[in-house]
Amino acid sequence: MSKVIKNGQIAASDWRILPLPEGDDVAGVEIPAGRVIVPLAVWLARRDELLARGDVGLWFASHQGPEDVTDDIARLPVIAVDFPKFADGRGYSTAALLRTRYGYTGQLIAFGEVLRDQFNYLTRCGFDTLQPREGRYTDAQLDAAIASLRDFTVPYQASVVDPQPLFRRVARTGAKA
Amino acid sequence: MYRYDDYDQRLVDERVAQFRDQMRRHLAGELSDDEFRPVRLQNGLYIQRHAPMYRISIPYGHLASRQLRKLAYLARTYDKGYLHFTTRQNVQFNWAPMEVIPEICAELATVEMHSIQTSGNCIRNFTSDPFAGVAGDELIDPRPWAEILRQWATFHPEFAYLPRKFKIAVNGAKEDRAVIQVHDIGLDLKKNEAGEIGFRVLVGGGLGRTPIIGREIESFVPWQHIITYCEAVLRVYNRYGRRDNSFKARIKILVSALGIDEFRWQVREEWAHVKDGPNTLTVEEVHRVADFFEDPAYETLPADDAGYHHHIAEDLAFASWVKRNVRAHKKPGYASVTLSLKKPGVPPGDITSEQMELVADWADRFSFGEARVTHEQNLVLADVKKSELYTLWGLARKAGLATPNIGLLTDIICCPGGDFCSLANAKSIPIAAAIQERFDDLDYLHDIGDIEINISGCMNACGHHHVGHIGILGVDKNGEEWYQVTIGGSQGNHAGIGKVIGPSFARAEMADVISELIETYIEERHEDELFIDTVRRIGLDPFKARVYANRQPHRKAANV
Ligand code: HEM
Ligand code: SF4
Repeated sequence: MSKVIKNGQIAASDWRILPLPEGDDVAGVEIPAGRVIVPLAVWLARRDELLARGDVGLWFASHQGPEDVTDDIARLPVIAVDFPKFADGRGYSTAALLRTRYGYTGQLIAFGEVLRDQFNYLTRCGFDTLQPREGRYTDAQLDAAIASLRDFTVPYQASVVDPQPLFRRVARTGAKA
Repeated sequence: MYRYDDYDQRLVDERVAQFRDQMRRHLAGELSDDEFRPVRLQNGLYIQRHAPMYRISIPYGHLASRQLRKLAYLARTYDKGYLHFTTRQNVQFNWAPMEVIPEICAELATVEMHSIQTSGNCIRNFTSDPFAGVAGDELIDPRPWAEILRQWATFHPEFAYLPRKFKIAVNGAKEDRAVIQVHDIGLDLKKNEAGEIGFRVLVGGGLGRTPIIGREIESFVPWQHIITYCEAVLRVYNRYGRRDNSFKARIKILVSALGIDEFRWQVREEWAHVKDGPNTLTVEEVHRVADFFEDPAYETLPADDAGYHHHIAEDLAFASWVKRNVRAHKKPGYASVTLSLKKPGVPPGDITSEQMELVADWADRFSFGEARVTHEQNLVLADVKKSELYTLWGLARKAGLATPNIGLLTDIICCPGGDFCSLANAKSIPIAAAIQERFDDLDYLHDIGDIEINISGCMNACGHHHVGHIGILGVDKNGEEWYQVTIGGSQGNHAGIGKVIGPSFARAEMADVISELIETYIEERHEDELFIDTVRRIGLDPFKARVYANRQPHRKAANV
């Protein structure tokens, strides 16, 4: 079981992420028992069945967004966003939208090419769980990587974790005389 | 000038620590080249021809004398004793070894400087009018707004990995001196009928491979909402901009593909959700920032200074410098001076450590301790008393910074080209040098009058060649360097993209080609008509005819 950073701590990943089924057989794919995160397409095809289970979440590919599942969001125990490349920044907007516009409060996982150099931005956009690719970091490196969560401690702009921008958070002094 | 408080300082210090660790991990093999790339780019570090190229941010072009001194020191210590000012109002090192960049970052942080987001696919340095705050035609000072937006964009978590780079410029004067029409977002400050401040917003402009003039997306966004509006634009772009092909990834391509009306609709849809949210600006915040840009302690002076007029009458060289390099100032008795970094024989925009230290001294002595960078790659001392212009001129002349050529043919905008840049198709600095050498007669230059020659070593257009009255573009043909010429481009309120006059030329021909273009203009011009106006009136044909008259036979090979 791979390790993740969850709410700032190392943890075992307790969700299984189901890849896109081969041949895009979203209707026929076997969905294992237990906590599982399915691709958006599978969710859309099997929504009623999966909703009834209560232990199934969905994941968005980087080009997908919450628009198609807005009614389900409140009932999802977990949502994940794939980062096929760490430089693909669409997932940041997906997270921000889920957390602000769609009021999602459950677990939000960033997985795929998730590097420590992006941890600070990812968490500020609302991801509480960071799941680097299996084998990308040794245990020691992942431990060390926790420091990156706090790369910037007084950001200027509003974000999911600091909904007020700096100019509303603190009284900043004016020009020096 | 904006001064850091503890928060600004802390962020910059935290960046130094972050980058130091990233460099350490990279050198230790924990961060691969590919993984390090965007990280280093967002900190201004390119891998270039000779050494890494390191780009430092100069927000809206403002530099304090102590910052100039620091740059001079860094250039002497880590580079070859000179630096390069760019069309983005930034400054670049060309020779500093990669390993020392964290050291340079730390040094910069001690004088409220950094290299954050000077490159990479993120929101870049905010550019603005180098004469902000002192120009007579200014309606609203753009600097507080540029600073407020700079802060919003710095380390913005959602927009650090955009499809492509993103450039924003702010203008607040009648004349656009910030080239807002060729920016991803161009902001023009204005007042509505009720006298309230807001922004006309342009979107989707840009040069590079597909040069496009920005379109108006909103005629008036009230100031309170400018951050949320920009956020809406960026979010639409981040989600829907193309990522499959980096040549088609700029926002201009998205805007063109959707059409401005559809794009506007999508942005408004997004904006409706974020408008009035926490990022809505407050009066207090705007005042806090605006206070930094209050007028310096100007003296009450007579509009005219007898000594100054005496010197103009007596000293022709001084008079010619005043005519080209000195601008009117909103305050009586003051003027703005442009120090030319276009002395023939020196690459446009280059400055030595000694010169920077001198400029810092003059800034302290004559101009409230501050200098500015122009996108034409010159330096400005914005607040000089007329009574001191003669003294300043004498000093600047000795230092090689008083070439009286601002706005003239030798005041060439030029990218580093093949001498420094690994993306270049051709050299550009030698072309600038050849033109400067050909046009060495000052009287002739003054007679030709205002004209802009812009040179880029490849289609990335770092030298803004598309908007030059004469634009020169380095092109590669079977491994050989050739140069394509456009005319009729312009920046400013009537920005336009120049048209190619025909097949390209060999390097050795370029000075002749420029001469022929100029001769055509001289023959065709009406009295007091500028080059660009003649081109607009008579079109390309007379220029083409002249340039290609004796050249046709050997052109085939170079028909690129
Ligand atoms: C030597 C290292 C440099 C590299 C590798 C480089 C790279 C690039 C690239 C790839 C583009 C095209 C971007 C696009 O259209 O998507 C570009 C555009 C540009 N660069 Fe540079 N550049 C360098 C130096 C400079 C310098 C020295 C300047 C200023 C003199 C500059 C200013 C610009 C400008 C103004 C543009 C056009 C912006 C636009 O398309 O709107 N760059 N650069
Ligand atoms: S225009 Fe091309 S050659 Fe010139 S600096 Fe830009 S990328 Fe390099």
